[in-house]
Amino acid sequence: MTEKPKIGVYVCHCGINISATVDVETVADYALKLPNVEVARTYSYMCSDPGQSLIKNDIREHGLNRVIVASCSPRMHEPTFRKAIKEAGINPYYLEMANIREQCSWVHHDIDEGTAKSKKLVAASVAKVRLLEALESKEVDAEPSALVIGAGIAGIQAALDIADAGFKVYLVEKTPSVGGRMAQLDKTFPTLDCSACILTPKMVDCASHPNIELLSYSEVEEIGGYIGNFDIKVRKKARYVDFDKCTGCGDCAAECRVKDRFPSEFDMGMGKRSAVYLPFPQAVPAKYTIDPESCLYLTKGKCGKGPKCAEVCQAGAINFDQVDETVEFRVGAVIVATGFDPFDASRKPEYGYSDYPNVITGMEMERLVSASGPTGGKIKIFNGKEEIEPKEVAFIKCVGSRDESVGNEYCSRVCCMYVAKQAHLLRDKLPDANIRVYYMDVRAFGKGFEEFYDRVRRENVRYIRGNPSEIFKRGDKLVVKVEDTLTATPLEDEVDLVVLGVGLEPRADMRQTMELLRLSQSPDRFFLEAHPKLRPVDTATDGVFLAGCCQGPKDIPDTVAQAKGAASSAMIPLARGKVVISAQVATVDESTCRGCGFCVNICPYTAIELVTVNRFGHEVEVARVNEALCKGCGSCSPGCLSDSIQPKSFRDRQILPQIAALGVFK
Amino acid sequence: MSDNYEPNIVAFLCNWCSYAGADLAGTSRVQYPANIQVIRVMCSGRVNPLYVMNALQQGADGVLVSGCHPGDCHYMEGNFYARRRLGMLKDLMEFVGVDPKRFHMSWVSASEGHKWKEVVEKTVEDAREAGPFEGFRRRQIDW
Ligand SMILES: Cc1cc2nc3c(=O)[nH]c(=O)nc-3n(C[C@H](O)[C@H](O)[C@H](O)COP(=O)(O)OP(=O)(O)OC[C@H]3O[C@@H](n4cnc5c(N)ncnc54)[C@H](O)[C@@H]3O)c2cc1C
Repeated sequence: MTEKPKIGVYVCHCGINISATVDVETVADYALKLPNVEVARTYSYMCSDPGQSLIKNDIREHGLNRVIVASCSPRMHEPTFRKAIKEAGINPYYLEMANIREQCSWVHHDIDEGTAKSKKLVAASVAKVRLLEALESKEVDAEPSALVIGAGIAGIQAALDIADAGFKVYLVEKTPSVGGRMAQLDKTFPTLDCSACILTPKMVDCASHPNIELLSYSEVEEIGGYIGNFDIKVRKKARYVDFDKCTGCGDCAAECRVKDRFPSEFDMGMGKRSAVYLPFPQAVPAKYTIDPESCLYLTKGKCGKGPKCAEVCQAGAINFDQVDETVEFRVGAVIVATGFDPFDASRKPEYGYSDYPNVITGMEMERLVSASGPTGGKIKIFNGKEEIEPKEVAFIKCVGSRDESVGNEYCSRVCCMYVAKQAHLLRDKLPDANIRVYYMDVRAFGKGFEEFYDRVRRENVRYIRGNPSEIFKRGDKLVVKVEDTLTATPLEDEVDLVVLGVGLEPRADMRQTMELLRLSQSPDRFFLEAHPKLRPVDTATDGVFLAGCCQGPKDIPDTVAQAKGAASSAMIPLARGKVVISAQVATVDESTCRGCGFCVNICPYTAIELVTVNRFGHEVEVARVNEALCKGCGSCSPGCLSDSIQPKSFRDRQILPQIAALGVFK
Repeated sequence: MSDNYEPNIVAFLCNWCSYAGADLAGTSRVQYPANIQVIRVMCSGRVNPLYVMNALQQGADGVLVSGCHPGDCHYMEGNFYARRRLGMLKDLMEFVGVDPKRFHMSWVSASEGHKWKEVVEKTVEDAREAGPFEGFRRRQIDW
């Protein structure tokens, strides 16, 4: 090292967040006695403008070349202080932060302990900062396009916004049609817009938008690279129907030999579909798909004298030889919008969902009330003898939400309102029925929600406070056993139809997406955002964003708002056309590297390769790091026999002094 | 061993899961013993097993390494390397006569603030039981 380190140590009070449990003056006085420390100060808020100016002035006046900020987590303000010291003319990587808030003042009560620990952390930072190296972050071009995974309302909205801004979007949807859960809904609370009426135009837009490439019935298989340059591999599953030839006429489904034999996913199993099918009439793209699990020809190898669908298709679109196709492309940003699964009601056996056909879920109710549903919107049920219109209807809320017995502590945020909505829709269709709602609490928090709930109650819908313990059968009636907790009365209400207000759960197949993108889960098991308040659509991986219910339960307005947020964040690298890639990558000392190649095998990013160099007249192999591919994890380093490969800023010679500094306090 | 013996613990935490989990413990104001000092690394795979021995040699009574849950590594495989290398180290420690209670490995995710507290408590408790470490000749930091 050429220049002698001159260190400034800045201890933050953070109001009283730190100073209540850490004697910041003592810490600063102590720091001043450490080697190479020229200045040590405290200030109420280091991150504030005056706080930053304090540091910058010291850099200029005292000629500091290293800075330590003892304050909050580097995960919070490292970028802030890097920028500040850079503005004062020193390399942004000559900064070290001592985390004396999240990992000290907030977790310890005793001021002596807090102060002692802060001293150690500052000493370790001094030990390290002296040996840091100047780094230059590099800019690389960003691909001006985005990938959106999942085409529910979240994915559709995000894709449309990005495409409207002029960037190319690849929208990947697992099922044959876009639309997600919203497409299955009848009306939407609190305004009662018809779901299809507001959604269908958007579905059509995203399929016809010149900037959107819709990959339906497809799944992302691989994601490599980094922000600005993600390399994507998508598998387009074989539909066994030629996408370009299919006119969507439906002759195939009408003539299918196993016509209307299979439960329709879209109608929650209450309606039936053929083996070749369109999930629902407004499906986008309006192209038929042959389900390989139900098609006779594809399962048995034989369908009568020959597949009927192929026979009747005028366009000649049926093609049983079709195979899965792989498409590859590069994008600058990724938005995850994979949505949710409704809670599986059979996990609450006391409610008899698996035993009694007239115990249904809220999702099934949506299909039942829908004019496009399996009953054409008529509320008809079979009571074991005949088809009847239910006279007594019970809704049960919080099924699978706020329920630790099924592992879901959280509130699903939409059930209170969709139950109110469905009660209203039933009231319209069944003016004389008794409609009851069993609830723990009513959470009508959104815009227009309380008003809507009030309206529904005035429509003679009875709200009974109590969490039913059991549902059983008595004659042709269902009995809801519950205690009305407001009057402390045990009730056994006889009803014809029970609707379970099932909550929202993380998708059962979310692991796949997690592993593709290295995403984490929050305690509720939904995807974890980078910061619960300030970075609600970001993830820990730069360039990867979250939208909609995959991040947590939410209604459509919140989903759309978040999708728009994710879209605008994703557009930042696309619009700039450049991204900064981390300077903290691994580097090889070629003079000591023996070219054994261990690091090459360890690296999960294939960022290291062996190259031949001339060393003192001899051709030798040494490892070399591709800085664009290296992510700086440092796993290679402990595997190196000669300690030649080292991650910058986390080199042995930078970490060992930290360890040593923490040890002297015996 | 004196009654007021407080073990000195050095912990290596990966930036993405365990360090974030420890930060969350802070944001949630979870309380735990102050005996632990954290060194942040990007990935648990960066932790050279020698760091553990080095920490003991420099004056730590216990060492903790914590990363993302297996399968959740931000760098795909780093924590598998950590698990392999440090698992071997643990066997070796026993072999050379260092009480394996002095060394802990754990998986703490970014959302497990409470688990972090439990891990710290366990690590401190075990190191307390093992007593002050006098096994290696101490070296003081040479400023
Ligand atoms: C019974 C019920 C009634 C409701 N009623 C209302 C209401 O009246 N008003 C209201 O505001 N909200 C209502 N909601 C909430 C509403 O359904 C959600 O807010 C909305 O559907 C969330 O949209 P999304 O795009 O996040 O998720 P989803 O609708 O779940 O869409 C996710 C999409 O991603 C696809 N996908 C998943 N994984 C992958 C993958 N790996 N690769 C590719 N594609 C994938 C899925 O196939 C799906 O198309 C209701 C919810 C329920 C359960």
